[in-house]
Amino acid sequence: MVVGAIGLIYGFIAAPDTVEEVKEMMASEHHGEGHAADDAAEIHVEQLPGETVEVEDVQGYESEVAHTEGEQHAEAGHGEEASHENEHYEHILHQLQNKPWAALYVAAFFFFMISLGVLAFYAIQYAAQAGWSPVLFRVMEAITAYLLPGGIIVFVLLVLSGLHLNHLFVWMDPEVVAHDEIIQAKTAYLNVPFFLIRAAIYLGGWAFFRHLLRKNSIKMDDATDLTYFKKNFKLAAGFLVFFIVTESMMSWDWIMSLDPHWFSTLFGWFVFASLFVSGITTIAIMSIYLKKRGYLEFVNDSHIHDLAKFMFGISIFWTYLWFSQFMLIWYSNIPEEVVYFIQRMEDYPILFFGMLVTNFIFPVLLLMNSDYKRVNWFVIMTGIVILIGHYLNVYVLVMPATVGESWFIGIPEISAVLLFAGLFTFIVFNSLTKAPLLVKGNPFIKESKHYHY
Amino acid sequence: MASKVLHAIYRDDDLLLQAVKQIREARYHIGEIYCPFPVHGLDKAMGLAPTRLAITSFLYGLVGLSVAIAMMNFIMIEDWPQDIGGKPSFSFFQNMPAFVPIMFELTVFFAAHLMVITFYMRSRLWPFKSAENPDVRTTDDVFLMEVDAANHNIDDLTDFLYKTGASEIKLIE
Repeated sequence: MVVGAIGLIYGFIAAPDTVEEVKEMMASEHHGEGHAADDAAEIHVEQLPGETVEVEDVQGYESEVAHTEGEQHAEAGHGEEASHENEHYEHILHQLQNKPWAALYVAAFFFFMISLGVLAFYAIQYAAQAGWSPVLFRVMEAITAYLLPGGIIVFVLLVLSGLHLNHLFVWMDPEVVAHDEIIQAKTAYLNVPFFLIRAAIYLGGWAFFRHLLRKNSIKMDDATDLTYFKKNFKLAAGFLVFFIVTESMMSWDWIMSLDPHWFSTLFGWFVFASLFVSGITTIAIMSIYLKKRGYLEFVNDSHIHDLAKFMFGISIFWTYLWFSQFMLIWYSNIPEEVVYFIQRMEDYPILFFGMLVTNFIFPVLLLMNSDYKRVNWFVIMTGIVILIGHYLNVYVLVMPATVGESWFIGIPEISAVLLFAGLFTFIVFNSLTKAPLLVKGNPFIKESKHYHY
Repeated sequence: MASKVLHAIYRDDDLLLQAVKQIREARYHIGEIYCPFPVHGLDKAMGLAPTRLAITSFLYGLVGLSVAIAMMNFIMIEDWPQDIGGKPSFSFFQNMPAFVPIMFELTVFFAAHLMVITFYMRSRLWPFKSAENPDVRTTDDVFLMEVDAANHNIDDLTDFLYKTGASEIKLIE
């Protein structure tokens, strides 16, 4: 109807929008590159006791930079220095070398996980045949557009780790494994080729499902019957089964294996809660933004209210899992398990406990009142805090294992976030322009437009 | 009863909701509606004041939380500190994570139970109270609306109610 036309108009208006995004992205990319050198230089002055390591720390973290010093890296890695002091410095040096990589990895994973969470949410809407949400489907589809490029970036980072260009994953280092019986026992699962094959399967599967869902959704616009709707229903159900297994394994592979000695059986759920709430928050923020700009006039406060309910609920769910994992390990105090939290509590106290404030107390208090869930700027504000909180969550998941106590949120972290934020918004808004902003042919669309809580 | 009321019976919740809007537009006063199940949006259509039950629930939750904290502090820290699993209970703060489940449960317990009790008291319900609904069919499948006749013409009002879709109308003196 009229909405299709509005979608087209949007396409025109969004063109300058996206160019801006490109500029922003370039700027942030530039930022990153500009500071890579600074960062490396800093490492130089700060701690360089021996000459052995001097040459090879100039490695920036831009993947485009050619990494010629591979051999030197390997040779310096966990070497057998005689002097204890040297060893210590080298340890810190390695952590600092890891830092930009880890910063990049955290940001890449964070934005990737948002689009993955949105895809899961989208599939749930289809599988549950939800009546309230079809007006938001195009926003969700646009966010999932980042799944493939974001996934490829994460995959490239994993491949680079596999090629020993960085030391994010200690178990990838053959020397470490040689001296570590626990990792040796796990090599049947934790070895580079199998690791990459698994990653390819997850990413390929998700991108494949996303592609089909989106294709059917576009075709549904012109369809006269429900064939594509039924197809999407089945696809969504299939995706959810595939997703919950692969998501769990993904979280073991990409995050838990950073600490190869430690394990937690609810880790997959924990990561899932984080990605789910970030995804829903992003949907809410984007919908409100687009509505403010006048593109989604069919989205009413009740839709925002429902999204805010999800933000509220899943935030509590996240905290529940966080606490379940923390309390059992804290209480039983078994050395092999508790080191994980001791490291986080001693080296990252502000972030570790600050996360509880941003991810739990803040959303709970702000979104508890039913009326506040309808106040758009309240939802936006809470949403931004939740997103920051979940970035910190990923940060605290990844950083202790990769950079240890030498962490700080500095230029590489912020510029990595800016880089991916730019890329994310560019791809998402670009994808928004490709299709009308209101799905047609969905049997629930009328119910959704009239949805009133 | 001091004033006359009309009992109009409706057989469908959507019809009822529509009728409520029409009747209020025509400036008649609806005294009460008896439903076999909660009708979504009926409270707003009738123009009832929003419930304050949620606020009481929040306050009860805070009470529950405080009770849990005071109770655990007294039992585990002050009265009888024990060494459990190598964690001596001499400080509330250091043992707090172990008390969180109890704090949570008592918060929920207080909020839920006290809220239900408040609801009963507010609605003047108690065990063995005889039912107030004027027609037993409202516990099965019909909706009954009580409209104040006040000083309106009864016949006009009856006609109007039939037009809004009422299936039976009874005048109660």
